[in-house]
Amino acid sequence: MPFETTPLGDSALLVRVGDSLGEVVDTAQRLEAAKIPGVVDIAPAFASVGVFFTSPRERANGAAEIRETLREKAAGGSVPGRRVMEVPVCYEPEYGFDLAVVAQQSQLSPNEIALRHAGAAYQVRCVGFSPGFPYLSGLPKALNTPRRAVPRIAVPPGSVAIGGAQTGIYPLSSPGGWNIIGRTPLRLFDAAREPAALLQAGDHVRFVAITRAEFASWGK
Amino acid sequence: MGKITVLRAGPFTTVQDLGRPQHRRAGIGPGGALDLHAARIANLLVGNAEESALLEVTSGPVRLDFADERIVACCGAGVHDSLGRPIRIAPNEELQLRAPRQGSRGWIAISGGIDLPLVLGSRATDLRGRFGGLDGRALRDGDELPLGQPLSHPDFTGRIASWGAPAEWARTASRHPALRVVRGSEWEDFTVAAKAAFLDKSYVVTAEADRMGARLKGAALPRKTQAEMLSEAVVPGTIQVANEGQPILLLGDCQTIGGYPKIAHVITVDLPLAAQLRPNDSVRFQAVSLRDAEELFSARAADLARFRAGLQLRSS
Repeated sequence: MPFETTPLGDSALLVRVGDSLGEVVDTAQRLEAAKIPGVVDIAPAFASVGVFFTSPRERANGAAEIRETLREKAAGGSVPGRRVMEVPVCYEPEYGFDLAVVAQQSQLSPNEIALRHAGAAYQVRCVGFSPGFPYLSGLPKALNTPRRAVPRIAVPPGSVAIGGAQTGIYPLSSPGGWNIIGRTPLRLFDAAREPAALLQAGDHVRFVAITRAEFASWGK
Repeated sequence: MGKITVLRAGPFTTVQDLGRPQHRRAGIGPGGALDLHAARIANLLVGNAEESALLEVTSGPVRLDFADERIVACCGAGVHDSLGRPIRIAPNEELQLRAPRQGSRGWIAISGGIDLPLVLGSRATDLRGRFGGLDGRALRDGDELPLGQPLSHPDFTGRIASWGAPAEWARTASRHPALRVVRGSEWEDFTVAAKAAFLDKSYVVTAEADRMGARLKGAALPRKTQAEMLSEAVVPGTIQVANEGQPILLLGDCQTIGGYPKIAHVITVDLPLAAQLRPNDSVRFQAVSLRDAEELFSARAADLARFRAGLQLRSS
């Protein structure tokens, strides 16, 4: 399996692999199993795995061990998580602040954007950016929209958004540069819940369009 | 059991410790004190374990009332006259912290530490996740914080009264800091002019500066191509460049993953300086090698080990 390592500051490095979920998960699992000294965290992303060390010296020493681990025969790890999760979304303009931007980019009406977004099958590639934020693959090409030039300072919790070829859900109020097309009433992150993040890497996700009234009364 | 009462919380005061470096998989960043070194030093000065919870004060004034006798140490910006030197607070005495003239954050360790519950292995306040610290939020007037039992012997106070931290550890604020950086993974994607500007020009901290990071303003940093990237890991110290060409310096509460190109990373030993940036400060970046960054860190770690040993000798 081809890979390259590149430093991420003085105390971490990126292992870049192919952009398939299987390759990323396999790489993360093999690095965990290798128990490389000085590694404090390993986090899978889209086409890379971040490896975080206790110090710059540990990173320098660990890089060779990472390359050695990954050059060995593939561990043949299986992709975890085959759950199908349904996520209700209200695609009305009072929640979907950037529907007009996506409409202009895609030359589709807001209604057609909702139909296509809710009609596709998605998979959680990784959870990152902020607590519980799921990055989903499977966005129809027609809906691809570049990130905003200037990120918003505060995106409301539950906002469903498009960033380039990706779609995701903001679990908590946070800054964000993606185009917001709707909102879910589900709680994506809760530190007191086990697990805290509702969605996990590997989960399959379907969006289900709901009305304003359904959004307002959800969970009540 | 002792406690402190927050008479005045100030603009932004949170409970922090060394953070949660092991939960990126759930999207939880490392967080903790923005200057982890200052947090360690302040705790050591009051006889605490380095990972004890303490206060991170952003500007002032802050007023704290102490129920019982404690030793307190402040490091970072000048929120108190006695930076880097332990002071004794009598029962019912009030500790006043002021807005620093330069820099933005101070770390206030209290003997016994702040005794709040561990959440995911840490007492640090995660503001975006709204957990840890005191109910996952910044402190408010009237809050009460329980304190742990001090580990140190009562004699400790007198013995270490003359003992302080090196000035460059205790006072980290500077109005025009030069931050040393190593190259980011997208360094070569930037134009020759952008790379030159980044290292030659100074950048000004905008009003958008918080625990997540600081947006900077200065010479634009165009890339050779505007291709969208797949999001990948970022770390405190990462300098990413948003689409309009302006740099964003990420700090301890930054996201775990980002999709903007990474032009450079502030090296670990200079993160304390980055933690002091405040709006209108100007900052310059100076390129160093990864090997330099390693050696500087190792030297700092050796100094810290000597400092620990010295304190232990005095308190035993």
